[in-house]
Amino acid sequence: MNESFTLAGLTFRNRVLVASGTFGYGDEVLGLVDVNALGGIVTKSLSMKPRDGNPAPRITETASGMLNSIGLANIGVQKFIEEKIPKLSLISCAVIANIAASSIEEYCAVLEALDSFEVIAGFEINVSCPNVKEGGLSFGTDKTKVVLITKELRRRTKKPLIIKLTPNVTHISEFARAVESEGADAVSVINTLIGMAIDIRTHKTKLSTVTGGLSGPAIKPVAIAKVYEVYRAVKIPILGIGGITSWEDAIEFLLAGASAIQVGTYNFVDPSAGAKIAAGIKLFCEQQSISDVGELVGAVQAERKLSVIESWL
Amino acid sequence: MIQTHASVHSVEEIASDIFRLAFRSREISAAALPGQFVNIKVNDSLFPLLRRPFSIFFVEGEIVSIIFNIIGEGTRILVGKKPGDVIDVIGPLGNGFSAGMDSDNYKTALIVAGGLGIAPFPFFLSKLGKDKNVLFFVGARTSKQIVRHGIDHIHAATDDGSEGFAGNVVDLLTEHLSDHHYERPRIFCCGPTRMLRRLSEFAQQKRIECYASLECAMACGVGLCQGCPVETISGKKKYALVCKEGPVFETSTVFV
Repeated sequence: MNESFTLAGLTFRNRVLVASGTFGYGDEVLGLVDVNALGGIVTKSLSMKPRDGNPAPRITETASGMLNSIGLANIGVQKFIEEKIPKLSLISCAVIANIAASSIEEYCAVLEALDSFEVIAGFEINVSCPNVKEGGLSFGTDKTKVVLITKELRRRTKKPLIIKLTPNVTHISEFARAVESEGADAVSVINTLIGMAIDIRTHKTKLSTVTGGLSGPAIKPVAIAKVYEVYRAVKIPILGIGGITSWEDAIEFLLAGASAIQVGTYNFVDPSAGAKIAAGIKLFCEQQSISDVGELVGAVQAERKLSVIESWL
Repeated sequence: MIQTHASVHSVEEIASDIFRLAFRSREISAAALPGQFVNIKVNDSLFPLLRRPFSIFFVEGEIVSIIFNIIGEGTRILVGKKPGDVIDVIGPLGNGFSAGMDSDNYKTALIVAGGLGIAPFPFFLSKLGKDKNVLFFVGARTSKQIVRHGIDHIHAATDDGSEGFAGNVVDLLTEHLSDHHYERPRIFCCGPTRMLRRLSEFAQQKRIECYASLECAMACGVGLCQGCPVETISGKKKYALVCKEGPVFETSTVFV
């Protein structure tokens, strides 16, 4: 049974990765989790300079989900190179560096700082963080900017280039098509949905930044619909993300069109979730006499056409 | 830090509306230090989704216990646990009181606990050096809500005046210290943020070192989510994480 997956020349051991911002830099839980059971790790978003992040409260739990407004707190690319890369070199699963920035120049500078390190197998570009003032969503919802960022980064690396798209737009597939035509190797679908919660006793918002990003099982059906929409629109692979907690969830994403999946919020509940999901997919495929997990990708039988969105697909 | 499926040993009401849950874990009991916490997944369901952090209340042999009141879905589920039920626990987590308590630079431990802020102190007392003097100030709404486990003598403050000082525990401490002198005191505290903030200011005025266990909403408890920042006063970085660098901080280092 073949579990592996190849993206622009990079082979992942299996189709389960951990999503950016939910697994630190990969070294925090090394004692607790066998990271080598994963297909890959996507690092916390890296910017050129360290970022402090937002004031408390940064998180609040919602029905089967959570809102976060971390604000891309990170140690900056130089410290990442000095302190984290040596540790990451010891693990055998693929390491994808996630980059977030507030200008196109900064995206390019971070990518160039990391491109020569062998341990960095590819890049995922965060153009869709809802929790920062500059960059973030203001890039991710502007197709011209997303295209420009993709074009500039494509010129600067031969490694797999993945663009992480926001669902906070009318038609996510238009963004997927646009980055595909600029040479992106894959898209990650989806980042968090903008959400808000209010404390009814104090009348205060439950996050310091008023709104934040909704994640967790609450968003899974939205994410699957977005993956399916993008799958019908582009040929490049899709990394499906959004509320995955089990191998059953993961297979649902594969059927909708994801070539691989990322476990996000559920890492906070069970840091070993990714490893368990990978094992579950393997067992399911063996029981179903599936010889390659890839057979499941896009294999949904959708008898009805997409009624609402087909007109512009 | 380990993740384990622990067997529930007992659940009992130890004060009015305050419950103690004990579970069995050889690894966590062996590694636990005062002021550390455990992060518990209360059931297998996706609601509630996240783990719930609890200060380690006591460790006896392989039995680790926590205390809580019923404030939401997570604690409602926990109180219904029966002996033999299994809970998923990650722990022990964080930096507890060790740096402050295991020091020769003080003689008198002034422990100040507000409400459920009593949680870390029975374990703390069981590990405190025998050469220390201890004064225990406990604030609660009523006499019936005072948790007394393993604590011989307390100075109580109750909101309704049903026991001890009528008022809050910081006023009690302030008043007590104006009449009494103690050799080389150090404050250890846990409770509502407003209480900790006042204690932090009091400690600064009196030039007493003060160690506070902070509370903050957390998703992961291990530093993955970066969700529990506390602003630092003089650090190189603007925020520290309550889960990983805390939950106990020397109060002159953070904005409580």
